[in-house]
Amino acid sequence: MAGSTPASASISGAVAAPRRVGVSPTREAWRRFRKHRLAFGSLVVLGLLVAGVLLGPFLWPLAINDIDFSQMLHSPSLSHPFGTDDLGQDVLARMIYGGRVSLAVGLAAMIVAVVMGVLVGSLAGMASGRVDAFLMWLTDLFLSLPQLPLLLLVIYLFRDGLKAAFGPEGGVFVMIVVVIGGLRWMPVARLVRAQFLSLREKEFVEAARALGASRMRLVVRHILPNALGPVIVAATIEVANAIIAESTLSFLGLGFPPDIPTWGRVLFDAKDQLDTAPHWALFPGGAIFLAVLTINFIGDGLRDALDPRRVI
Amino acid sequence: MSSAYVLRRFLLAIPSLFGISLVLFTVLALAPGDPFGELMTNPNVPASVQLALRAKFHLDDPVYLRYFHWLIAMLQGDWGYSFVSRIDVDKLILQRLPVTIAVIGAAELLAVLIAIPVGVLGAAKPYSVFDQIANTLAFIGFSLPTFFTGLLLILLFSIHLDWLPFVFRTDLASSGWQWWWDNIKQSIMPVMVLGLFQGAALVRFVRSAVLEVIRLDYVTTARSKGIGERRVLLRHVVRNALIPVVTLVALQLPVIFGGAIVTEQIFRVPGIGSLLISSILSNDTPVVMGVTFVFSALVIFFNLIADILYGWLDPRISFN
Repeated sequence: MAGSTPASASISGAVAAPRRVGVSPTREAWRRFRKHRLAFGSLVVLGLLVAGVLLGPFLWPLAINDIDFSQMLHSPSLSHPFGTDDLGQDVLARMIYGGRVSLAVGLAAMIVAVVMGVLVGSLAGMASGRVDAFLMWLTDLFLSLPQLPLLLLVIYLFRDGLKAAFGPEGGVFVMIVVVIGGLRWMPVARLVRAQFLSLREKEFVEAARALGASRMRLVVRHILPNALGPVIVAATIEVANAIIAESTLSFLGLGFPPDIPTWGRVLFDAKDQLDTAPHWALFPGGAIFLAVLTINFIGDGLRDALDPRRVI
Repeated sequence: MSSAYVLRRFLLAIPSLFGISLVLFTVLALAPGDPFGELMTNPNVPASVQLALRAKFHLDDPVYLRYFHWLIAMLQGDWGYSFVSRIDVDKLILQRLPVTIAVIGAAELLAVLIAIPVGVLGAAKPYSVFDQIANTLAFIGFSLPTFFTGLLLILLFSIHLDWLPFVFRTDLASSGWQWWWDNIKQSIMPVMVLGLFQGAALVRFVRSAVLEVIRLDYVTTARSKGIGERRVLLRHVVRNALIPVVTLVALQLPVIFGGAIVTEQIFRVPGIGSLLISSILSNDTPVVMGVTFVFSALVIFFNLIADILYGWLDPRISFN
């Protein structure tokens, strides 16, 4: 019957696995992850993308701001594999540089969101009663805030102050990371709270409590590690969301300044030349799409690997 | 469904609205610099006028008093005056709102029309070829950012094929049927961009909701009575599975608004999303605040509608 279909073909392997001696949960999860072909393929593609962005400047040492009007809007060629933009700058070099910023924003914003989410979620999960009710009300409130308009509002109001405090590059980076992370912690908080509510009643936690473990030790040593599976999955998806959020801001012309060519920013510059130089828009757009798609697939694979009981 | 349930839901929405107004005001109050700085530093505005303006907007009062002044003014419909367009903010927003609602509504309709059949068929035979293709396409669909899909569609339909206009116009010269046709033609791409993105996300929700229901005992009973699979699926499974989807559609709204802002900006649709961007670029604070508040209020409003619909569709929820 359809309802009894397992999450993936790997589930029969998972049941048999504990018989083998000395297989750690991590290795077991890795084995299940590899069975998810799309996720494993995505990991390879994303790895190549990250490696390209990190090692790119050594292999492709063209300057990102080398203006040459005789080379304006050239299509892809051997000397410029991704073509040139309206100032004759090499699009590949700009994308390698911008990719670092885009991916760094994604990672950093994810860390902000996960840390905030884990803090709020574990606080709500451990302290029941009024604190829990208030924190969950706050979480629901933030969930019903329209993210992009609020993001735009905060950036509109704070950009000048932060630019003065951290310099144009650092200021925008800090602001975008904090704001994206600060508006994306709610799903993690809910997940962590739900995990805490069920885990804190489990026998092993009770045993630890009976042995005299402090509340802090209970949370850090016993409950949190067991709640991490879904959090890791959510964190992966957050990276993709943060990359989209940053690209959206830059695409609207309200993210990074023109001298920091993140993928979204390159797309923003390219959108008015779509008819004459489509390559200029297709490469950065394709890069964003590829990064987000592979991260989403990896998240899906991790979900199967870390939580085999779940059927979706 | 009892009217007490509706009333309770309605009352629960009010603190949320206050919470949102508090968040918005905090952001505004914490912001460095004077939101009315433009006007204050303008040498053409004499000092006495500046002082009168500061007094009028209560800029020198303590912060909690300013919040109440702002809140009361907002509640009375006094949303301020656009520095750029030179008309009242609420009038400006009301002019722009119908277009946004129409585009979002049409996109949501398209999304539901795609997501329900695909999600149900996928869940009816999980891990079949159809299901796997649908799942992969759904992943691609919600990994494609709206701004990139918009540009791709323009590239294909406007530049390459020259079928559709890529700038949304409100001053169409045509009239009658031709006017309707032109309007549909220029709405196709914005609606498609939003609808496909939303539909891709919904497919997965519908699929997992149907999978949850399809293994329940009453479905097995229906099957064992000899009712055909098609009938079981449509009459027994889908009706129950779609109840949580109503809530999910409402919960997805904040994401849709983000997409709508981007889409309106790409296709120059004159809705409140493009109004938000243009007022940010021209430092028009009252309009920025007003539009953000409208977006938030719309989310609360549609959450309320979803809650009430949920109570109507699933009477079990109303009584606890």
